[in-house]
Amino acid sequence: MSDRVLHVENLTVDIPLATGILHAVDGVNLHVDRGETLCIVGESGCGKSLTSLALMDLLPTKATRKIEKLELGGESILGYSEREMSDVRGNKMGMIFQEPMTSLNPAFTIGNQMIETLRRHRNLSNDAASELAKRMLEKVGITAAGQRLGQYPHQLSGGLRQRVMIAMTLLCEPELIIADEPTTALDVTIQAQILLLLKELQSEFDMGLVLITHDLGVVARIATRVAVMYAGQIVEEGTAKQIFENPLHPYTRGLMRCIPVPGKTKRGTPLGSIPGMVPSLIGDFTGCRFADRCELARDVCRQSDVPLRDPNGKVQAYRCIHSIEMLAKGGVA
Amino acid sequence: MLYYTLKRLGLAGLVALTVSFISFGLLYISSDPAIAMAGETASDADIEAIRQLYGFDRPILVQYFDWLQRAMSGDLGKSYYFRTDVSALIAERLSTTMTLGVSAITFAIVLSVPLGVAAAIRPNSLIDRIALFLSVMGQALPSFWFALMLIVFLSVSLRLLPTSGSDTWQHFIMPTIVLGYYAAPAIMRLTRTGMLEVLSTDYIRTARAKGLRPRVVLFKHALRNAVIPVVSLTAVQFGFMLGGSIVVETIFALHGAGFLAWESITRNDLPTVQGLILVFSLFYIVLTFFADLLNAWLDPRIRIN
Repeated sequence: MSDRVLHVENLTVDIPLATGILHAVDGVNLHVDRGETLCIVGESGCGKSLTSLALMDLLPTKATRKIEKLELGGESILGYSEREMSDVRGNKMGMIFQEPMTSLNPAFTIGNQMIETLRRHRNLSNDAASELAKRMLEKVGITAAGQRLGQYPHQLSGGLRQRVMIAMTLLCEPELIIADEPTTALDVTIQAQILLLLKELQSEFDMGLVLITHDLGVVARIATRVAVMYAGQIVEEGTAKQIFENPLHPYTRGLMRCIPVPGKTKRGTPLGSIPGMVPSLIGDFTGCRFADRCELARDVCRQSDVPLRDPNGKVQAYRCIHSIEMLAKGGVA
Repeated sequence: MLYYTLKRLGLAGLVALTVSFISFGLLYISSDPAIAMAGETASDADIEAIRQLYGFDRPILVQYFDWLQRAMSGDLGKSYYFRTDVSALIAERLSTTMTLGVSAITFAIVLSVPLGVAAAIRPNSLIDRIALFLSVMGQALPSFWFALMLIVFLSVSLRLLPTSGSDTWQHFIMPTIVLGYYAAPAIMRLTRTGMLEVLSTDYIRTARAKGLRPRVVLFKHALRNAVIPVVSLTAVQFGFMLGGSIVVETIFALHGAGFLAWESITRNDLPTVQGLILVFSLFYIVLTFFADLLNAWLDPRIRIN
């Protein structure tokens, strides 16, 4: 178990609103090993970003986090004070955000922002920190790194800024990196480069990586394991191979039907889509959250909550009352 | 930064030139200056003589450049009322106004920026409410009433401070409070709004995700970006204090430039009014120039394209 970088049990995030309490994240369990990439997939509003912020303890002030177990590198960081957490952030656990254009402070140079991170967590001279920052910029593929240190974020393109963000996150060689849609705001060619870079750096530094995305193409490229989130819950979890080759949960299966497969999907045939809408998560909710959009839904689905289960002990768990056999046949009973 | 400074400087020069032309023109917009100078009982021949003596019969542009040349060498003409040099008159009054203006704007900044920041850190908290109360009060209280109340309490009842005059630094305390408190609400609200906005930005989240201490996040990463609009506002407020502190100067009998402006307007002392308008406008221009430079230093996006 020494390889386990992150272990989370029963994470819940509630946001009080005028109309009631929004149960944004509900009972999420996660674990990531060293060198492993866990992709959390789901559509907008399913709670994946809040999950990542909750792990960093950076939730918006009005959101409340409940969590049973939160271990980083085998050590519980659950009871940490804000001060202790700030020693962990940027040091043992780093985060890369979606918007490289706005995630760097416009008023300070790249060098300034990198050096302050290093000097916050390491006892280094300004020159030594500057040298390390420069080397890290080179590592993420930035040319003329020494010169870049003196530049301001607005002088860099989006792709470069995201590279800078990645370099900044890696400075203290964290055990775990959480990347929240790191490529969504970039154009497609840059996306591929950044993903490749993340993958390389991850194996070089032997880190755990949690990658949050709604892009199944990204997942297919990079994931070791996948957790599919729907309406605040994990509805299916397994290795990337299991999820792509043998999806079980009707929602995951629906998602897979939405992707065109080269050579398989015929030109002119409409892509799959999932009818209906995500249910409101305000107030209490009983039963399967996907039931209203599911063609396999029965009355029992709505009567009690459905647990995430792994009946065959194959690490592929799903949150549905139906048997694996039935789901594998596409619900034809 | 050098390019930006030169560009701003050129712009400031152009604005100054325009302003000088307008303030020169004031003399002609209001009335015929020869008639005004000659007085009510003068005959047509007298008026014509004055017109030629002072050169009012020449083309207006010639007169303007002549005036401008003299203004640049510090000669703003003679006051109709005091019969002395306008520039000497203004210089004498300006020191009082400057002392008051500088201390009032300092008081306003020291009061409102920390309160604005504290209010933004904890919105809707007690401190936020106190700040809101203070700023609504500052906005709503007429300066003259507030000034009189201060005199009643601090001078008359408690006998702590002198009521009026400008002899010692104690004379400036109450005027500073009144004038500074008048300017404080806008600065406070803008600091609070700016700070709230900056605190919700992505780069503040990044700063926290890097593990930076709250103090560093707040004062290095947030404040620097939040004060940029505050700098411009403060410059305008300061310019306003130099020219518009007539009420405060009158109540506390501080004979500054604002008071002189009011006197000169009621006396139809056009050269003095003209000189004051020129000086006040130049102050505004200089202040705006420095505010722009300060902002460019704070925000690299302004100075580097």
